[in-house]
Amino acid sequence: MGVESKLGNMGVVTTTLETVVNWGRTRAMWPMLFGLACCAIEMMGAQAANYDMSRFGMELMRASPRQSDLMIVAGRVSRKMGPVLRRLYDQMPEPKWVLAMGDCASTGGVFNNYAIFQGVDEVVPVDVYVAGCPPRPEALIHGVVTLHEKVQAMKFKDLAAK
Amino acid sequence: MDTKLEKIVQALQAEFKAQAEEFRGEAHVFVDAARIADALTLLRDRHRFELLSALTAVDYWPQTQPRFHVIYQLTSIAENLSLMIRVPVDGDQPEVPTVTGVYGNANWREREVWDMFGVRFTGHPDLRRILMAPDWEGHPLRKDYPLGYEEPQFTFNIKEIDSRKPYAKE
Repeated sequence: MGVESKLGNMGVVTTTLETVVNWGRTRAMWPMLFGLACCAIEMMGAQAANYDMSRFGMELMRASPRQSDLMIVAGRVSRKMGPVLRRLYDQMPEPKWVLAMGDCASTGGVFNNYAIFQGVDEVVPVDVYVAGCPPRPEALIHGVVTLHEKVQAMKFKDLAAK
Repeated sequence: MDTKLEKIVQALQAEFKAQAEEFRGEAHVFVDAARIADALTLLRDRHRFELLSALTAVDYWPQTQPRFHVIYQLTSIAENLSLMIRVPVDGDQPEVPTVTGVYGNANWREREVWDMFGVRFTGHPDLRRILMAPDWEGHPLRKDYPLGYEEPQFTFNIKEIDSRKPYAKE
């Protein structure tokens, strides 16, 4: 896992700053709720007691983009909603991540028509796609853990290059 | 058809030289676009059709004369009757006088018909789009509006479609 695996019985830990910072980011990642359709129900299910996403430090769903690190886009995004979604993404403080939950947010799903974005990656850059229609809470949690792995591999020099 | 409704339809036919049709006990009356407000005023004031329960349209493309039917579904709560008024309009830029002065709720319904079918309601106080984004081009419920947006990706064309896809920048 993180630093705890390096803990011996000496009470002293040596590690890198990157590891500590990334560990901190993954263990208190606050998602912004962006429930747009039926995927939102599964997202609530993943938050609730049975699946309990707070085991991964994600118990706080923020309704404000300014307090959140991760945007879970749960559901289809209509073309009218696109500017709103982009605006909320722009309001989130760096570093920020986007998880496209479900087929509609990832590719447009069954809604291949003029009114729906064919994947939310046309509006915001997406880090993790979760397949499913809707994905079960396990799938969402798997997506979140995958994102955690991605965050833990982040380098400071890549962030500075942004 | 209900005898009360039959009398109303006959009155409309006499007053507006309207055609009438009956389908499974439901009456449709065809009224000219120019006189639609008069017809609805008459129905509201004299025949107690106090509710405009729907205002919509049908696109009969590729037929062009008429291309659209604008449909007014009226309900009389007092008499327990319902009556459909149809207004046939020609061409790609159809115009129908507004009925917002007769039924107040026609305001948003006419905006919806304008948004979806591109039927312009002359005299409407605020004819903006109501469902689609303000800068939208075209009217999506027209039969000649392109429905599809993106081809599905298969193994043989995944790269070609991927190269055209407008991915967001960071």
